Amino acid sequence: MKLKGWKEITPGAVILEAGSSAEFKTGSWRAYKPVWIKENCIQCLFCWLYCPDMAIKVKDGKREEFDYDYCKGCGICALECPGKKGKKAIVMEEEGN
Amino acid sequence: MATPLSLKELSKKEILLSSGHRMCSGCGAPIVVKMVLLAADYPVIACSSTGCLEVSTCISHYTAWKIPWIHSAFENAAATLSGVETMYKSLKKQGKLNDDIKFIAFCGDGGTYDIGFQSLSGAMERGHDMLYICYDNGAYMNTGIQRSSATPLGADTTTCPAGTVIPGKQQQRKDLTKIMADHGIPYVAQASISNWSDLMKKVRKALEIKGPKFMNILAPCNRGWRSRNDDAVMLSRLAVETCYWPLYEIENGDIKITFKPKEKKPLNEFLKTQGRFRHLFSPENEWLLKKSQEDIDRNWERLLREEACVLGGQPAETTEADQ
Repeated sequence: MKLKGWKEITPGAVILEAGSSAEFKTGSWRAYKPVWIKENCIQCLFCWLYCPDMAIKVKDGKREEFDYDYCKGCGICALECPGKKGKKAIVMEEEGN
Repeated sequence: MATPLSLKELSKKEILLSSGHRMCSGCGAPIVVKMVLLAADYPVIACSSTGCLEVSTCISHYTAWKIPWIHSAFENAAATLSGVETMYKSLKKQGKLNDDIKFIAFCGDGGTYDIGFQSLSGAMERGHDMLYICYDNGAYMNTGIQRSSATPLGADTTTCPAGTVIPGKQQQRKDLTKIMADHGIPYVAQASISNWSDLMKKVRKALEIKGPKFMNILAPCNRGWRSRNDDAVMLSRLAVETCYWPLYEIENGDIKITFKPKEKKPLNEFLKTQGRFRHLFSPENEWLLKKSQEDIDRNWERLLREEACVLGGQPAETTEADQ
């Protein structure tokens, strides 16, 4: 992400492009990484609903892999995951291991 | 037709808040915005007063919003949105616009309870067709956790630090939802992200009503509440189950409680999960815990009485003490 100079900024600093913050990858903030265990997933989509960073991809009503470019590793998804038969479908692992 | 309130159907909609915003990891506020925008099936124009949400979603000419969004000053989000709404009405009258657009303000508790209160009160009195949403995290978190009038009794903040002199905030929090209801506006509600379908139903109901609407939504802040990163939703749930944050709506003055916990949990269960209340659990501050619990109980009993009064259509009996 390159910062714009004053000549490139629009009058009134109006931002003309919607959702342009996606250019900034917040994934580097992460200390813990959520890992999806597909066989324990019941597709309840709570992780998608509660993710504050919109970092869980869903296609046709089915959950897909994490978007690690943006996931800040808060762990809400892992805590809220009901799992299957007491086994969580999302577990947190320390980064860099 | 409105999207059915099932996660499978909702997940097919585009989320109108983009990734890459700089809210803290595990913040409750973007979850509030995400749910509100998912629930709204109309084109929306939003406005935010200064606060965490405004600052972090719009850093240096990049925006996380995929809807038209205006940043106003700390005190005037309601006034700014009033102006936009009036312009919309004028354009519609002139035949230059035909879309059915809804107006939503997203502001923190500092910009709602304190600094933005006069403009909010004015906008509601003038009757602008807008929904004002306060995401309440209980202090000025953006500037470093200073007390606001939404901060609960006994909470430790940087401007009412708990120590040997005072045991945290010495005043009670202001019941803004009730104050807004007393403006006589058509719809006022209190919601929580832990009860997502209740929250979305309230948003939809509010957007269908013409006139000023107000919603207060609890948004846990792990930095200010001194709690874990992953417990925003869990804390919201505890707040609802302990009746610290009762879920209700007031439609044309009539109150309806939308969630009654089967078993009301003791307030301690909510307080002990947060570092800002840690000092309350030392022996000398036991009276504060007791007082907090009594306040919560009294408030909840009053809500139940008010609801029973609406359902029964009977005025509450006056006691000798009232006369």
